[in-house]
Amino acid sequence: MRLAITGLQVSFGTRLVVDVAELHVGAAEIVGLAGESGSGKSMTTLAVLGLAHTVGATVRGSITLDGTELTGLSQRELREVRGRRIAAIFQSPATAFSPVFRVGSVVHRALRLHGMTSGEAAGAASRAMRQVLLSPRLLDRYPSQLSGGQLQRVAIAIALGLRAEVLLADEPTSALDVTVQAEVLEVLRELRERDGMSVLFISHDLAVVAELCDRVAVMRQGRIVEEGPAGAVLSAPQDPYTADLLAAVPVIRAEAGP
Amino acid sequence: MIEAPAPLPAQATALPRGEALRRGLRANPLLVLGATASLLIVVAALLAPVVAPFPADAGSATHPFLVLRPPSAQHWFGTDDVGRDIASRVLYGIRVSPVVAVFVLVIASVIGIPLGAVAGYFGGWLDETLMRVTDIFLAFPPLLLALAFATVLPPSLTSLVIAIAVTWWPWYTRLIRGQAASVAGRPYVEACRALGLSPARILLRHVLPNSITPLIVQVSLDFGGVILTASALSFLGLGAQDPTPDWGLMVAEGQNYFTTAWWVVTFPGLAILITAFAFTLVGDGLRDLLDPKRTPPR
Amino acid sequence: MTAGATELGPPPLLDISDLAVRFGPVRAVDGVSLRLSPGPCGLGLVGESGSGKTTIGRAALRLVRTAGGTIRFAGTDVAGLRGKALQDFRRAAQIVFQDPDGVLDPRIRIGATLGEVLVAHRMAGRRAAAEQARALLAEVGLDPAFTARYPHQLSGGQRQRVSIARALSVRPRLLVLDEPTSALDVRAQAAILALIGRLRAQRSLAYLLITHNLAIVSELCEQTAVLYLGRVAESGPTGAVLGRPAHPYTVALRSAVPELGGTHRARLVLPGEPPDPARPPPGCVFHPRCPIAVDRCRAEVPVLRPVGPGRLAACHRAEEVLAGALPGAALLGGALPGGALPGGALPGATPSASPGPGPASTAEGSPPGWTAAAPPA
Repeated sequence: MRLAITGLQVSFGTRLVVDVAELHVGAAEIVGLAGESGSGKSMTTLAVLGLAHTVGATVRGSITLDGTELTGLSQRELREVRGRRIAAIFQSPATAFSPVFRVGSVVHRALRLHGMTSGEAAGAASRAMRQVLLSPRLLDRYPSQLSGGQLQRVAIAIALGLRAEVLLADEPTSALDVTVQAEVLEVLRELRERDGMSVLFISHDLAVVAELCDRVAVMRQGRIVEEGPAGAVLSAPQDPYTADLLAAVPVIRAEAGP
Repeated sequence: MIEAPAPLPAQATALPRGEALRRGLRANPLLVLGATASLLIVVAALLAPVVAPFPADAGSATHPFLVLRPPSAQHWFGTDDVGRDIASRVLYGIRVSPVVAVFVLVIASVIGIPLGAVAGYFGGWLDETLMRVTDIFLAFPPLLLALAFATVLPPSLTSLVIAIAVTWWPWYTRLIRGQAASVAGRPYVEACRALGLSPARILLRHVLPNSITPLIVQVSLDFGGVILTASALSFLGLGAQDPTPDWGLMVAEGQNYFTTAWWVVTFPGLAILITAFAFTLVGDGLRDLLDPKRTPPR
Repeated sequence: MTAGATELGPPPLLDISDLAVRFGPVRAVDGVSLRLSPGPCGLGLVGESGSGKTTIGRAALRLVRTAGGTIRFAGTDVAGLRGKALQDFRRAAQIVFQDPDGVLDPRIRIGATLGEVLVAHRMAGRRAAAEQARALLAEVGLDPAFTARYPHQLSGGQRQRVSIARALSVRPRLLVLDEPTSALDVRAQAAILALIGRLRAQRSLAYLLITHNLAIVSELCEQTAVLYLGRVAESGPTGAVLGRPAHPYTVALRSAVPELGGTHRARLVLPGEPPDPARPPPGCVFHPRCPIAVDRCRAEVPVLRPVGPGRLAACHRAEEVLAGALPGAALLGGALPGGALPGGALPGATPSASPGPGPASTAEGSPPGWTAAAPPA
């Protein structure tokens, strides 16, 4: 297992917001973490990145990456891991890019931060951009000149350039148009097929999870209520909460109209 | 939708009620200090006739045999150059400068709020026109403008109020206008328009109440500022006239004796300082209390 | 030609003709014609960002200045309305906004917010308004005791219900729903959709449902218009438009929508990004991204024309698209994600004339008509 989360508990004081007994992501696998708002999905992401303390939460439990225990590492050690081995993209791609810098300089800086020389970084950036189906010339633009979908793909390109093993994607397509979303999902699939990347895909949208993910874990109030292969869980759920969620998803019907 | 780690509903910027208020006060000792001091000052003003040892000294009484006596058991703050008890005059002085401040701030608010609200809500040429007029007043250094007006008017407390109010209203207009413009763009205001509510109703019931919080804070903070300005003008002889126990005037009258009779200037000066400070503390505290970005204590 | 209603039938409640809205150089809406029949009737406006769908909704209610075209409500041009006539229009045509967070004045209690509208329109005195406010809350499935609460004490879904209640308070004939569920969780969304379905039947509402979510229009709208860059790409009965599209953009949109079935069907991926609305491409605005664009598409702007019973499309090659010329389209016709999921189709939605009251499996677990305080609505 690339990423193994065991007995993870995240709390604010006495209030437990995440209580995950077990969650794994293997190599070349996309695991979906589905749930409604307040279920603790995003806090889980922050915990894996070692950033839970920045919002005032305390973390207990084990998070291992390729066998290396992440909890208990110092911030300095975690900085080696963050971005380099575990990359993350979030819902609002614009937040990853400072509006006063060209997008390319952010990518470049991220790559250099993790040990590449300037030349290596430039090369890796170009390659990565092509991998996400973007022209490397877009690196010269400012964030305001790129669309949400493009920015999201540049964020993924950073992960690719660093050859991250795990990508945490926290609602990366929720703010995007559906056609743009389709492109980003396609890129994520490519990451899995071509680069063997492990992806933890967090979303409230069960349909997206159904299309993209190999396995899915359904979260409710901090706990995982059901887990398994996406096809099985989402077509024949065992847990009533999962069934409720699925029943609520609107579907396009042949006999349209009320 | 990234869920909040703790889905606490966003706190409305309403005046905090009950429990929240108490919690806020506990977290803000300076506010409590300032509020208590201000309250005491107000009480002292009301009780001046009762508490002051020599009430007549606040008026036109003079005591040629008690001139420039240092602080003593009988005259806690000493006497001034015509033998009046400074303590009594300082006490009665609370009824002068702060009252001037109240009038100034009320006038400034009464002018500033409607103008600012209308400018901010309607925008367009109305906004442009009102703001240009405001800008003209703002272009003058406040004290100089007040001086200019005060010189033209016959020196009295009323003139003082007018002179300072003239320099103060543009700031409030600006402040309210910014808030009103921001509120006017909010979804609930658009919803009101879509619901067919009249502009008057929207302004009065929705825009104004939601724009006024910063003004409340600003007024508290300005209280001290106006007192200082009024004192400065009175010091220059453009406001209160003898025998009115205005603190600024008292400082002016006593400056000649500063080296020999320090108490004549010092106590009125201290009164200005303490009163201004007390109200500024209240203003600061209110701003913190009403700040919507304050995370609610867990 | 106008989209959205059959040629014969009752005169339209809302008749938008050649609407144009401009924000500076940007042509947000460029020649859109739509018709909405009187209720009960639903017209879906589907599109992505920049399609102009939201602007059309606002323009219909005179919340946005138009640069051309006419909007008629019940036969009268809305642009010329003043005074009492304008007030009457505001009562008859209402809007529910997308973001439930900001639409209620945070300083005013729910009851007062609802009552204010009634009092302002002289529909009730103060006391009667309070009573009606309670009744309205009950009608949208909220506990009438919520009248005493402040907006921040309600969940997003509950606020959206209040927003709907407020829009309904004036007894409108037309309701514009602007992305009514985008900001909500999936269960809250289902509940709101069921509510809209129920209200449609009870109040004989006509609504303009603006959304990017094809499944929602599939459930609530008989007619749908697909918008791209301020123009109508195609329109017609929802089932037909979504099941057998006549425009390549609809095919792409439809194939991009993820579905629970999870089948990896052939996806029509659109290259590039939507063009700059301030500088639309010549000819058909879709041609730079269209997989079947030909020379004619680059030169000639396609006219919205009939391509089938009640169907209009703005594409030179619409007939070929209908026949399945596009990779994604071939799989769409008839092969909709099947298989009954546990729980079945969307609660409360049946093809019958009157969607029944209350969803079959409301996630709240409470009796239809009520939402208890805690669970998301």
